Amino acid sequence: MLEIKNVTKTYNYSYKALDGVNLSVKSGEIFALLGPNGAGKSTLINSICGVVNFDSGNISVDGYDVIKNWRKAKTLIGLVPQELNLEQFEKVIDNINFSRGIHGKAPDNQYIEDLMKELSLFDKKENKLRELSGGMKRRVLIAKALSHQPKILFLDEPTASVDPELRKDFWEVVKRLKQRGITIILTTHYIHEAQELADRVAIINNGKIILVDETSELLKKMGEKKIHIKLNEKIDNLPDSLKKLNVEINGNGNLFFRFNSANGHNKIDDVLNFLKNNNYSVKDLSTEESSLEEIFIKLVEENRNELSRNL
Amino acid sequence: MNYRGIYSLYYFELKRFFRTIIQSILSPILTTSLYFLVFGSAIGSRISNINGIDYGSFILPGLVMLTILSNSLSNASFSIFFKKFNQTIGELFAAPLSSFEIVIAFVGASATKSMIIGLIIISTSMFFIDLEISHPLLMLFFLLLISITFSLFGLIIGIFADNFERLSLIPILLLTPLSFLGGVFYSIDMLPDIWRNVSLLNPILYLISGFRWSFYEISDVSLLTSLITILTFLTLCILFITYIFKTGYKLKN
Repeated sequence: MLEIKNVTKTYNYSYKALDGVNLSVKSGEIFALLGPNGAGKSTLINSICGVVNFDSGNISVDGYDVIKNWRKAKTLIGLVPQELNLEQFEKVIDNINFSRGIHGKAPDNQYIEDLMKELSLFDKKENKLRELSGGMKRRVLIAKALSHQPKILFLDEPTASVDPELRKDFWEVVKRLKQRGITIILTTHYIHEAQELADRVAIINNGKIILVDETSELLKKMGEKKIHIKLNEKIDNLPDSLKKLNVEINGNGNLFFRFNSANGHNKIDDVLNFLKNNNYSVKDLSTEESSLEEIFIKLVEENRNELSRNL
Repeated sequence: MNYRGIYSLYYFELKRFFRTIIQSILSPILTTSLYFLVFGSAIGSRISNINGIDYGSFILPGLVMLTILSNSLSNASFSIFFKKFNQTIGELFAAPLSSFEIVIAFVGASATKSMIIGLIIISTSMFFIDLEISHPLLMLFFLLLISITFSLFGLIIGIFADNFERLSLIPILLLTPLSFLGGVFYSIDMLPDIWRNVSLLNPILYLISGFRWSFYEISDVSLLTSLITILTFLTLCILFITYIFKTGYKLKN
């Protein structure tokens, strides 16, 4: 559905916002683009949508090059921008119809009505945009982006400054759009959101894609489990055998260690056998799984360190 | 061509004018009436006919032009600047609209508003003078051509302006003085030779002169010179706006 090949973009002849980005998004998937502030997420989305001119490379949407076949490509795209950019003095319904119109689509009152109902906007259709809350304005932006029935929807930080309840409502909307076959690409700061919604994630930093993987695979491959073991006896000095297994003691004198099941070797047996053989009795045992957020922070940190080494 | 897209943007922009319809129409009617009262009746009664035309009638084309120039400029510059200011311009670039189509819609809406106001002023003048238009089609052609040209110029100003102050800088510092000194209230034949020659450097003079010819067949410069001046300025604006949209300068970066 979306093919990005070697795309670069430099601002003011010096700041490289995109540095040879390659990406491929399959039809019908939800794809999350994660990255810290200034990583290039919005520049990438805006380059695809024609809001920003990129310097080199190729982008195609459903086989249509965004430069050579720009009109066809743009007809397929819906964009929800990051900021709440709206004509504040216009009515909700007029704003949504306007978006459909500039995409060259004939008026379709039934579709627009259904869309507004789905996004809980129907009651507000005659309201001026300045009268709406931030969350409702965000819904209007989504309705505008969907007004021309796009095949691919870009959501640039769609739940920024949205309260948790609305965020969950929004997730339901995104899931329903996926069911309709719409390909969705979203950037987000809320990694929990990517974990909840995305089939695949890409991590972008300093204008480069540093990783692309299926969300579940990424969590499996890079996610660690942290095991906490509470003993009946307090250990002051950690035996060498446990140190070799990277077991540590926390402030309360309890043990903990990390392991990745994808690495093959299961350390839990080794640790528990050692404790049993040395007459330590286990009072409690708990596990803690790393989130996508921890993986993201780790990857960005690694990428930053690598860049510093190369300088 | 995305005709429906052009119409949607054109209509959306035009609606801003109709939202403030009272203010949009009352303001030019009031201003023009005041000009006719002060210059036409009070002062004009003490001024002899100019080239056989009474003073009130003489100033009508200039007054129309004065309003058309400033309205076209401000309509177009404000429209695009406001879209930049509230960052809704990105929506246009993300839509399947070419630069040419976007410009047609903005300029079309701005020129339509100016034409409406121009025709209202001409209608208002009938309360003060015996309206006479020798070449109505040519008058409409001038009105349209100048509305389009200055809407394009306004679009350029709106794109370049980074804040509201800069938006009004050119209209205040350049357009208003040139308009007033461009023969709205007098014929340059009434000036001493040196000021007459200086006036010939003022491009607005050519617009007013050509427009006045369509009313009374009198002008300070030839009709052809007026037309060439407007078309030259129109071509320059088109070239400049093409460059801006092609490079995305101040719009896409």
